[in-house]
Amino acid sequence: MVTQRRDAAIVGIYEYPKRKAPGVTSLQIKAECAARALEDAGLSWKDVDGLYDAQDGAGMAGLSLAEYFGFRPNVIDTTAVGGSSYEFHAAHAKRDIAAGRCKVALLTYGSTAHSDARRIGTMAGGGPGAPSPLSNMTDPYGMTLISNYAMVARRHMHQYGTTSEQLARIAVATRAHAMRNPQAVQAMTDLEFQDIREITVEDVVNSRMIADPLHLLDCCMVSDGGGAVVIAAPEVARDCRKRPVWIIGSGEATSYSENGRDITVSAAAQSGPRAWAEADVRPDEIDVAMIYDSFTITVLVMLEDLGFCRKGEGGAFVSEQRLRFDSPLKPALNTDGGGLSSNHPGMRGIFLLIEATRQLRGESTSQVADARLAIAHGNGGMLATSHTGGTIILARD
Amino acid sequence: MADRPQPRFPEPDTQPFWEATKEHRLLYQVDRDTGDVVFFPRRHNPKNGSSNLEWRESKGLGTVYTFSVVRLNRHPAFAELGPYAVAYVDLDEGFRMLTNIVNVADPTRDIHIGQRVKLTWLDQSTGIAIPVFEPA
Repeated sequence: MVTQRRDAAIVGIYEYPKRKAPGVTSLQIKAECAARALEDAGLSWKDVDGLYDAQDGAGMAGLSLAEYFGFRPNVIDTTAVGGSSYEFHAAHAKRDIAAGRCKVALLTYGSTAHSDARRIGTMAGGGPGAPSPLSNMTDPYGMTLISNYAMVARRHMHQYGTTSEQLARIAVATRAHAMRNPQAVQAMTDLEFQDIREITVEDVVNSRMIADPLHLLDCCMVSDGGGAVVIAAPEVARDCRKRPVWIIGSGEATSYSENGRDITVSAAAQSGPRAWAEADVRPDEIDVAMIYDSFTITVLVMLEDLGFCRKGEGGAFVSEQRLRFDSPLKPALNTDGGGLSSNHPGMRGIFLLIEATRQLRGESTSQVADARLAIAHGNGGMLATSHTGGTIILARD
Repeated sequence: MADRPQPRFPEPDTQPFWEATKEHRLLYQVDRDTGDVVFFPRRHNPKNGSSNLEWRESKGLGTVYTFSVVRLNRHPAFAELGPYAVAYVDLDEGFRMLTNIVNVADPTRDIHIGQRVKLTWLDQSTGIAIPVFEPA
């Protein structure tokens, strides 16, 4: 058994249980999740000395959020890199705790994307705010977020022979996990999913095409929701209510449009190796993979880039019954039901950390037997164009 | 149908590009020292930080790198359009641009990766023209 550095651990988690929360603000969701995550850890409001948030909310979020909560943090980090922000925050919290800057880091997220009727995936062209070089070169063309990811899928199919049926297996496994998770079933009910049940490959490929080659069931939901994660120094973690889940490796990376770039390769190809090296573990040792599933193609590309299989072999890799929680083959994928079938309020990164922690505590509704190692990989932005990758590797004692 | 979303100004990096579209000229930039091709337009070369760039005009011939046919865009300018293709095209001069592929009978069948395409223009009431591509 390798001996990783154990500078910081996830000691408290909370996922807001509702996916449809009219009349509640994102700040209220954050505060409620913060209180519950601290309770989960056996810590209190006054213990928090580091605040990490992706500044979704009012301007100067680091300041306004500290005031709203009533914290006087020693560390404020408002890195905002889309859905992977929370993996970046976890990496930064570990770094800040190791440096002695804080002992109890709180990560918060809250969103009312569903109640606000934000058409995140299917509305493109010209937003408010000042123009940028990039907005001026993209707004006229009607590239929806879904079509952006679809262009990666199309290219992946062209280069490697990947099929829609192979992509569908990711949605099938994720839905099977969702059906075991009462919160996910409630989410699909509240968001008026049709025909809430386990699905088949045929269901996915026969669902309505949204942007070729991605079908409705290749796409995540748009929910309300939020969550909080508490990360603590070893001396704090020892006295917490639940057993610590150690952050043993992290990696951060960016990627964007470049002339000649291979868009089938994501930022995970940079962030992954950094995290593996620090953690001193290999992909084939990972029991649970929490991979950002904005779309099925996102997962496929990231499994490859993180080294679970070689580039271009993702289609064959997911074609086995590998992804289910009860499969003898590793890793199990998105055991909470994922963004596809449980929770995606716009940025899903915090839920990857939360479900990975549940697994390493033995608390998942699709518990992998004796799970010891997990990975959480967040993706932020637009996969075909500018995006981030944040990788966190977690271990239990 | 509502106008397409337009580029907005002042935006100094992309303004020369859009000005040239009024004359149906597709511009890109080249680093005078290294020959690096720069796109999207900006004041510096993202490979080295140099501002010694010049504008050149593309011949408007390229190859489809990837594409998707959008079936659902709730933006009023696109909602009524029917299925349309967004694409990345690799221009022969070495730059890749986001665009649309137009003038095909059925975008779900008549577009493929590797297809040769040529430049055409969508004139806008604002005076600019949007560069798009059609089968060569």
